[in-house]
Amino acid sequence: MTVNGWIQILVFIALVVAVTRPLGGFMTNVFTGERNLLSPVLGPVERGLYRLAGVDERREQHWVSYAVSALLFSAVGMLSLYAMQRFQAVLPFNPQEMANVPADLAFNTAASFTTNTNWQNYGGESTMSNLVQMAGLTVHNFVSAATGIALAVALVRGFARASARTIGNFWVDLTRCTLYVLLPLCLVYALFLVWQGVPQSLGGFIDATTLEGAKQSIAIGPVASQEAIKMLGTNGGGFFNANSAHPFENPNALTNLVQMLSIFALGAGLTNLFGRMVGDERQGWAILAAMGVLFVAGVSVAYWAEAQANPAFAAFGIDGGVDGLAGNMEGKETRFGVAASALFATVTTAASCGAVNSMHDSFMPLGGMIPMINMMLGEIIIGGVGAGLYGMLLFAIIALFVAGLMVGRTPEYLGKKLEAKEVKMTMLAVLCLPVMMLGWTAVAVVLDTGTASMANAGPHGFSEALYAYVSAAANNGSAFGGLTGNTLWYNLTLAVGMLVGRFFVIVPMLAIAGSLAAKKRSPVSAGSFPTHDGLFVGLLVGVILIVGGLTFFPALALGPIVEHLAMTAGTLY
Amino acid sequence: MDAHTKKVGRSQASTLLDPAILGPAVAGSFRKLDPRVMARNPVMFCVEIVAALTTLLLLRDMATGAAGVGFGAQIVVWLWFTLIFANFAEAVAEGRGKAQAASLRKTKTETNARLLGADGQVSQLVPATRLKPGDVVLVEAGDIIPSDGEVVEGVASVNEAAITGESAPVIRESGGDRSAVTGGTQVISDWIKVRITAAPGSTFLDRMIALVEGAQRQKTPNEIALNILLAGMTIIFVIAVATIPSFAAYAGGSVSVLVLVALFVTLIPTTIGALLSAIGIAGMDRLVRFNVLAMSGRAVEAAGDVDTLLLDKTGTITLGNRQAAEFLPVSGVSAQALADAAQLASLADETPEGRSIVVLAKESYGIRARDMAEMRAHFVPFTAQTRLSGIDAEGTSIRKGAVDAVLAFAHGPGRIAMSASAGTTVATIRPASASALSGDPAERELLAIAERVAKAGGTPLAVVQDGRLLGVIHLKDIVKGGIRERFAELRRMGIKTVMITGDNPMTAAAIAAEAGVDDFLAQATPEAKLQLIRDEQAKGKLVAMCGDGTNDAPALAQADVGVAMNTGTMAAREAGNMVDLDSDPTKLIEIVEIGKQLLMTRGALTTFSIANDVAKYFAIIPAMFLAFYPQLGALNVMRLASPESAILSAIIFNALIIIALIPLALRGVRYRAVGAGALLRRNLLIYGLGGLVVPFVGIKAIDLLVTAIGLV
Repeated sequence: MTVNGWIQILVFIALVVAVTRPLGGFMTNVFTGERNLLSPVLGPVERGLYRLAGVDERREQHWVSYAVSALLFSAVGMLSLYAMQRFQAVLPFNPQEMANVPADLAFNTAASFTTNTNWQNYGGESTMSNLVQMAGLTVHNFVSAATGIALAVALVRGFARASARTIGNFWVDLTRCTLYVLLPLCLVYALFLVWQGVPQSLGGFIDATTLEGAKQSIAIGPVASQEAIKMLGTNGGGFFNANSAHPFENPNALTNLVQMLSIFALGAGLTNLFGRMVGDERQGWAILAAMGVLFVAGVSVAYWAEAQANPAFAAFGIDGGVDGLAGNMEGKETRFGVAASALFATVTTAASCGAVNSMHDSFMPLGGMIPMINMMLGEIIIGGVGAGLYGMLLFAIIALFVAGLMVGRTPEYLGKKLEAKEVKMTMLAVLCLPVMMLGWTAVAVVLDTGTASMANAGPHGFSEALYAYVSAAANNGSAFGGLTGNTLWYNLTLAVGMLVGRFFVIVPMLAIAGSLAAKKRSPVSAGSFPTHDGLFVGLLVGVILIVGGLTFFPALALGPIVEHLAMTAGTLY
Repeated sequence: MDAHTKKVGRSQASTLLDPAILGPAVAGSFRKLDPRVMARNPVMFCVEIVAALTTLLLLRDMATGAAGVGFGAQIVVWLWFTLIFANFAEAVAEGRGKAQAASLRKTKTETNARLLGADGQVSQLVPATRLKPGDVVLVEAGDIIPSDGEVVEGVASVNEAAITGESAPVIRESGGDRSAVTGGTQVISDWIKVRITAAPGSTFLDRMIALVEGAQRQKTPNEIALNILLAGMTIIFVIAVATIPSFAAYAGGSVSVLVLVALFVTLIPTTIGALLSAIGIAGMDRLVRFNVLAMSGRAVEAAGDVDTLLLDKTGTITLGNRQAAEFLPVSGVSAQALADAAQLASLADETPEGRSIVVLAKESYGIRARDMAEMRAHFVPFTAQTRLSGIDAEGTSIRKGAVDAVLAFAHGPGRIAMSASAGTTVATIRPASASALSGDPAERELLAIAERVAKAGGTPLAVVQDGRLLGVIHLKDIVKGGIRERFAELRRMGIKTVMITGDNPMTAAAIAAEAGVDDFLAQATPEAKLQLIRDEQAKGKLVAMCGDGTNDAPALAQADVGVAMNTGTMAAREAGNMVDLDSDPTKLIEIVEIGKQLLMTRGALTTFSIANDVAKYFAIIPAMFLAFYPQLGALNVMRLASPESAILSAIIFNALIIIALIPLALRGVRYRAVGAGALLRRNLLIYGLGGLVVPFVGIKAIDLLVTAIGLV
């Protein structure tokens, strides 16, 4: 580990904290319908869209109709994306004349992009037409992110309101999020990327003649526009198969820093929105602090692990030895180095983004374990845009229910009593993740069709399968690598994991939002559980690790932990 | 309170050792193994299922003579112990109530009632069980009152020891707030006619028996929610454990069912699952021993959540009676003269106020009692018409009373009727109109003094001698000692106190300030009380109050915690959700603490139970996989002797911790009146951090023991 490495990490953290408040304030204005910076320009557009769609922006929805709207919207989106892939050969904007995508892969991809997962069992540049990339995948990058944010705002309204029947209007939230938050930010962001050298073109691939006279086809396309939303919307589905390790997606250290920041930006901002909407910004900071504690712990372990050279290499004396590049450089880009790669891996898995700038498969066992743990906890460390906040709030409900009684009152959060209904719905939402993650892994590792896809044997192979299902159910979408995912078995089971991981959380979560909104608010007194101080942050972190994390201890023991112990004893897989 | 807590604490500690409770409890622990009973508790039901399953597997292994039967048998035995310990906790908690119910049943002896006919004469003798609501019965000295009812005629002293445990008889009379009688109590003197209000089988005594026995015990809302959480966590651990065989198979190993069961049982929250119902029963029991009957567990929980306490001034905040505190003469009259006149006027006044004037005169001015007969004095008692009392003796006439009444008296008989028609019994001061009334400087001065007294929270009592105004006696409400500290304590707990009083706002404000309540409701009417409760509830607050009169009933019903006094009317007792058998309104504060204690105990043990899991993982996971991944021995941070001893130690610890925590579950976590933040910090430290550390130590110790005596 180097001072330079730690400075990079600290600078990153400082930047995230710096953008939290401005973004939170802006988004609060947007979602409460107040005038904001962009209203003069976009206001008429917004109202025009409502007129076109026949939406009455003042009419709010009960949680059931909010949920139905969200589900319906996702279902239609998923079907259209599926159809677009299946017929891309006959559709326009297909300069490379890509063939139709096979049914199972199209299903997997449609599920993946609808759920904001962006697990890619395909190579973008070699499978998808420009139409699918732009009108299909990029559009989903926007709307799946906007859906997530809308849902989180709906839950926040549940806390913020009292004796209310409604939790907002899904269509309005979706429109406002896309129009005021995602599109303007992405516009600026994409231009920045173009300036830094990321291609943005609708043309076909460029044929180049290399120095030795060979022909090389260089894939380009509308990369910058997809890149912007891929990060901001925590989607992670790259234009290229190599994702952010590819120099056209992520050309230099500056873009790398901005990309990491953009992964966390909206998620961090939403914690501030939460604080503002419930009328006490400290509440938002407490949530962000809990996320921060887990993040710092994760990135420290990952950086520490990656800064070690593989003992097998060290024995041969072929550790990099160059300052900043010392450590485990396998699968990493030299332009990023160990610290920025470990940081990126932690950020992308903490935040349900899934973009990668290095191969997680090649991480040291414990370095690779951190991304897995991040996802196993349910993507709550900043998390997917929206999804991170509502996931964290669900954990806060559990934490308060477990320990809140210790102050001698029925547990309450922000003045809302937590009763049987909230607990039931929270447990339903929390349960579906281990079922999908551990359940599918357990089946896959004993089926021939499951093990055949693994590139490695032993615990490392186990980690590859585990990582895939964990990534899918957590809607992360990053791949460990090594696993051949484009098989009928993995296409289908991963898609199920993604769909359950998204929608089986959303519906109970919205039920909680509706139930909370309907409750009266008990006034805060000296007898209320304080949820804005370090004690609460500590409690929340503890509950997340014990309730959310310990479940996976046996699996982790049989994957990265035993691999690490074996490696130190000289056995590699 | 302190004395009481000690008393409760002592009897609770002895509960565990009381053979009368212990014996039946042990038998009950086995009886409760019935799956139909167990199914009420999802966590322990899961344990029972896996215990039965492993027992079958063990029997199979024994039949086939497989290896490792000894180890398996120990695991199975400890699984059953876990269940029996859990049942034992519940049975002990129920034990006390059962014993109390038995003694109450003895009271329910078969009595015959003298039913009165329409003509008011005794028409027939009927068994008490056949009385219907509306029947009127005659109860005479020595009779047991056959059922609950309302006294419609007569007055009698009644021994209510059967219900309250208090042997001093109480007066029950028709009309007013002391008209309710309870079936099973005994009339000691005189007679009363009672209109029966309870149907057979649903009398107060019946309900009390059912309550203390826990026969009708329903899960409270918070208990249900907690059970859902525990069930959810159990399902998570089902997944965590059920996927292990497949992971192991991939790694080329296998894990025996027995070990999986051991991991599962130690991971699921058995500690809190086992003690949850015992905590609830003990909480109710604590109230019962405090002589408060909660009609539902929901009410006890609500008590912990109370935000606002409505407290009656008289009897709760102040001593029942006002006392003379000062003699304030008008100019030209010495305090000595005023005291002398006042003492004279009060000599025959047997009211507490009157007596306090005599005492004050003696203490402050050394004025001794005089013989009324010797002075040929004639006492003029207080009447509702004159609202004055005093003395006529040796040509002098002294009167004392409410300021307006005294003024009216001083101005001559013509004014008395007018003043009396105002109909207020409390001395109300109307300075503006009063000073306009007269130009007499003594009168103006008197009114000014009276106003000062009222502002200070006192009641001014004017004294007039032979038409000359002498001055004012300051009658003071005596705020109970230590009550101010209690309110400060409540404030730290986040509870707002509101004093309810019939006094005028000025007086009320002064007493409120002296007692340190947060707010007050002056000139309170039942309607105003009800409105206050509704307003507080609209702000999302939970309100507790106590009351006894029939006109308190709507407010008692509206309050989230309504404590009816046992001396109160039937209507009040029906409306409240708790009955205080001692009729002590101060208890409201303790009731809140008991509610909080119940919730805290639940939270503390839940936290403890969940925090325990960390150590158990570290005990069992390395043991489980050691056969095919020997490297995982590095996770054996406790350095347990062998895989078998590790697993056995974990499961033994898991069972024994239940027994170890039974006293805490029954006694409850101690409540401290500090803010929620401080309370949480303390409890998190003890039960959260303790829950992390204790099992590491405990499992290691058991492992050493198990290895030393060669169990594995």
